[in-house]
Amino acid sequence: MKLEAKIPSGPLADKWTDYKAHTALVSPANKRKHTILIVGTGLAGGGAAAALGELGYKVKAFCYQDSARRAHSIAAQGGINAAKNYQNDGDTVFRLFYDTIKGGDFRAREANTYRLAEISNEIIDQCVAQGVPFGREYSGYLANRTFGGAQVSRTFYARGETGQQLLLGAYNSLNAQVNAGNVDVFERTEMLDLIVIDGVARGIVVRDMVSGEVSSHFGDAVLLCTGGYSNVFFLSTSAKGCNGSALWRAYKRGAAFANPSFTQIHPTAIPQSGDFQSKLTLMSESLRNDGRVWVPKKAGDDRPPNDIPEDERDYYLERIYPSFGNMVPRDVASRNAKNVCDEGRGIGPTKRGVYLDFAVAIERLGVDVIKDRYGNLFEMYEMINDEDPYETPMMIYPAPHYTMGGLWVDYDLMSNMPGLFVLGEANFSDHGANRLGASALMQGLADGFFVIPNTLGQYIAKGKHPDVDPNCDEVRKVEQDAKDFNQKLLDIKGSKTVDYFHRAMGMIMLDKCGMARSKEGLNEAIEKIGKLKEEFWADVKVPGTGESLNQELEKAGRVADYFDLAILMCLDAREREESCGGHFREEHKTEEGEARRDDENFCHVAVWEWMGEDQAPQAHKEELEFEYVELTQRSYK
Amino acid sequence: MKLTLEIWRQKDANDKGHFETYELDNVRSHMSFLEMLDVLNQELIEKGEEPVAFDHDCREAICGTCGFVINGVAHGHMKRNTVCQLHMRTFNDGDHLVLEPWRAKAFPLVRDLIVDRSAFERIQRAGGYISARTGSAPDANSILIPKEQAEAALDFAECIGCGACVASCPNGAAMLFVGARIAHLGFLPQGQPERVERAKAMVAAMEQEGFGACTNYTSCEATCPKGVSIVGIAKMNKDYFNAKLFSGGNLGGKE
Amino acid sequence: MDKAVGFYESTLGKKVVMAVTGIILFLYLVGHMLGNLQIFLDPAQIDKYAHMLHASAAFLWSVRLVLLFCLGVHILAAFQVWWRSRTARPVKYKVFNPPDVDYAAKTMVWSGPIIAAFITYHLLHLTVGMDSLHPDYVHLGAYNNVVAGFQQTPVAIAYIVALLLLAFHLYHGLWSLFQTMGWDHPKFGPWRRPLAVLLTAVIAAGFISVPVAVMTGVLQLVGG
Repeated sequence: MKLEAKIPSGPLADKWTDYKAHTALVSPANKRKHTILIVGTGLAGGGAAAALGELGYKVKAFCYQDSARRAHSIAAQGGINAAKNYQNDGDTVFRLFYDTIKGGDFRAREANTYRLAEISNEIIDQCVAQGVPFGREYSGYLANRTFGGAQVSRTFYARGETGQQLLLGAYNSLNAQVNAGNVDVFERTEMLDLIVIDGVARGIVVRDMVSGEVSSHFGDAVLLCTGGYSNVFFLSTSAKGCNGSALWRAYKRGAAFANPSFTQIHPTAIPQSGDFQSKLTLMSESLRNDGRVWVPKKAGDDRPPNDIPEDERDYYLERIYPSFGNMVPRDVASRNAKNVCDEGRGIGPTKRGVYLDFAVAIERLGVDVIKDRYGNLFEMYEMINDEDPYETPMMIYPAPHYTMGGLWVDYDLMSNMPGLFVLGEANFSDHGANRLGASALMQGLADGFFVIPNTLGQYIAKGKHPDVDPNCDEVRKVEQDAKDFNQKLLDIKGSKTVDYFHRAMGMIMLDKCGMARSKEGLNEAIEKIGKLKEEFWADVKVPGTGESLNQELEKAGRVADYFDLAILMCLDAREREESCGGHFREEHKTEEGEARRDDENFCHVAVWEWMGEDQAPQAHKEELEFEYVELTQRSYK
Repeated sequence: MKLTLEIWRQKDANDKGHFETYELDNVRSHMSFLEMLDVLNQELIEKGEEPVAFDHDCREAICGTCGFVINGVAHGHMKRNTVCQLHMRTFNDGDHLVLEPWRAKAFPLVRDLIVDRSAFERIQRAGGYISARTGSAPDANSILIPKEQAEAALDFAECIGCGACVASCPNGAAMLFVGARIAHLGFLPQGQPERVERAKAMVAAMEQEGFGACTNYTSCEATCPKGVSIVGIAKMNKDYFNAKLFSGGNLGGKE
Repeated sequence: MDKAVGFYESTLGKKVVMAVTGIILFLYLVGHMLGNLQIFLDPAQIDKYAHMLHASAAFLWSVRLVLLFCLGVHILAAFQVWWRSRTARPVKYKVFNPPDVDYAAKTMVWSGPIIAAFITYHLLHLTVGMDSLHPDYVHLGAYNNVVAGFQQTPVAIAYIVALLLLAFHLYHGLWSLFQTMGWDHPKFGPWRRPLAVLLTAVIAAGFISVPVAVMTGVLQLVGG
């Protein structure tokens, strides 16, 4: 497998500008002759569809939701980073780049991350122009807040609904292009497979989720913008429908998967409350701006939080990391929450929780200021937990939230397969082993609105792109495979529901491939999941037919893919004999219990190639070269 | 806790549909309403029956996918809520609950509790946007917006597009939804150039979809998960009025 | 004109037309009430007022035609809006309890037609003076016509009931028209409902005071 990152030469700060200056272009008259298929309509997919539509390409966009506006980007709460330096606190593009690379524990590509930081400023301009009502000062200027892993205030926000507002901005732009006739949106349509002809991605097979009809769409490029695969854990902060199937099926057709084990367990979610829980709800990281994290000093201290005196509380983040305190990056915060709970100092009914306390901030700033900043988050917390966070500290616990891993892409965001592009959370490129808060929205919009419009032209201009014969053998076969796959699931007619298997797999993954991993545990997980997969294919019960709306069938297909993906995640985690970012190997830690990287042997992207059913995947490497940053032991102390 | 659920079952748009009654034991107070339905569905599947189809996705009250009517109230009896964040602790043992889909001509039924809200898509596509070509935006701080104005825009932009306003309007009107979209952009300086066209186009699209007329019942505001205010409707009316009666024509330049 | 027709075709336009005609009819009601209240001044005063109104047939009939036109358009638009909403939900809910529904809004559907019927009756009763409805009617003998009319208790009660209905109709209509016309302001918006209540109360009290005064004997027939 050839993995050519195609990073432009020249100084880091000039790469993107030079790239744009020299990239091949497609003439305006020719653009409309090229059909671009986009799967997913979140910030990356919706943005790409809008931007490519504006350029004149013929765009078809697909989403499983009933509206493009419901993609899960909508649930992002806290904010979006940009190196505007509106606060005059010393922010620069380089600093945002550096924080992001460092936050990712030096496992991302310099050039991609720098480009992301560079584009961040344009994104804010674009969003404001689209009508995103960002938070403002009384003077009318844009306001900022601070997020984890940074010592500058660079995060733009719209209350606790930044993702919603940004997505509506992108969605509005998308709608303008639909109205202009440049974009067609196919809602309630799920991608089942990728059509590859002569090694080039030429189309997708989709299922109409209402009628059950399976059909094919063809184009000159396919853009996967389908988000992450945190739902492999069953309980995560993802929407119920989020899935890794588009990525997985592309992987099975030859696209390479990079760093699959790099997942982010977000420190501030609402703890699980019972066995019937269907998902975990995030509480924005921005809360750590004013909230203080603590647990009782004594294990098994069951007193209500407000009865525990100050000197019997352990504000462990402030204690261990005096310089960043409660604002350490997510992986560090999560791991420490796990540690204190493992010590028996966890709180709440399940003892898997820590307090996030606003008492001091409320005293200092007043209830009104806190309400203004976090009102809707506090309301949401109260709705779920029936406790008033203005009075009692919140209970939080880490939850699977984001996957830094994804399909491998080069600087153009094209995978190893010509014509297949991967944008946003679905690719692996910008966040390394841990993502900083408020940078997922940034990446989605950067990839969709600003990167792909500049890089796609290169591919389109240089290739031939003959028409696809819809009746050719390749197309027929992929369509048939997709139908057979679903039929096979329906025909099992076993005794256990899809959710049963999904939940069981999720428990194994969270336990063995979550916040802490070990060789032994991963081996165990691989074995257990393998068995569960066998049981699934023998005993799952999927009611109904494929020829109508069938939510169980949708779930079954996704879970079937998750089994294989979970095993790949474990393999990847086992292979990486170091700790970095969210990937924490018990065997590799410093004496103080911090992650110990091994730059000598693992300063690379682990890239996996599908070798066929029941075959071990092949491991490849893309070595990471750092010219502009020095690899240091990450310290937030 | 034990519940009796009377749920609307309808195979597809052509089916007549009917109510089916289910008894559910062991409902836990910490479940959400949708988790309770998950449990019902698991039982139904195990028994070899078809599970109840309902729309849902994020389950944190922001995507706007979920929604049905519980005992005559869209999203159930708790204010500022969606069914995914409606918790079973707010119900009592032995409750009899009637679950019905959003009912409106403009929202044709898809299956069971799922309806087709693509009418909303068509309304938004007609003009619910600011045409800002990518890359042409000026620096973000070159457009100053008073804080109150940005906050007001956000109050309307918060609409999650779930359709509860239509479902709970005795007239089956979509004015709150359209009003919210128009007010959001109308409060912002960036939204001014297209304000007139937007109102005309969106209202025309809304009329075409067959929604009812607003007679100011205000039940939309009362059931809106985000508490979007009917002030948005007033804004829409005014924009539309101005657009239809006073806009267009030559502004006084040369013919 | 093209524009105006397109405007009326939309439900929003119809509502605006209802609001505008509603305002005209409301203003007429204010005038009507002030006219009525002269009955408390002196029996001759109101008769004089009646004569004055009839001094110019052209004037009288232009006003009447304008009012009839407004009323007709108001009713037509209301009917069209009602019909549109009726068809917007072909399958009804089994249980339907939308919260916080404005009670007066619910009454509009039937208070409207009842008020229309009342207006017809009222015109026949005190304007035309149809024999079967008002045997003692004397043309332009406004004072005695009113007092004699209301001395029939059922008639007075019917008037009072109809006027209370009218009050509900007015309250919702007045508040509603602010919404419909887009007259809203963060500062004054919250005062729209209280204002509607106040205006309605004044109008209703003004009208109802007459039959009540007759029934309690404050107003007596005068010899003529």
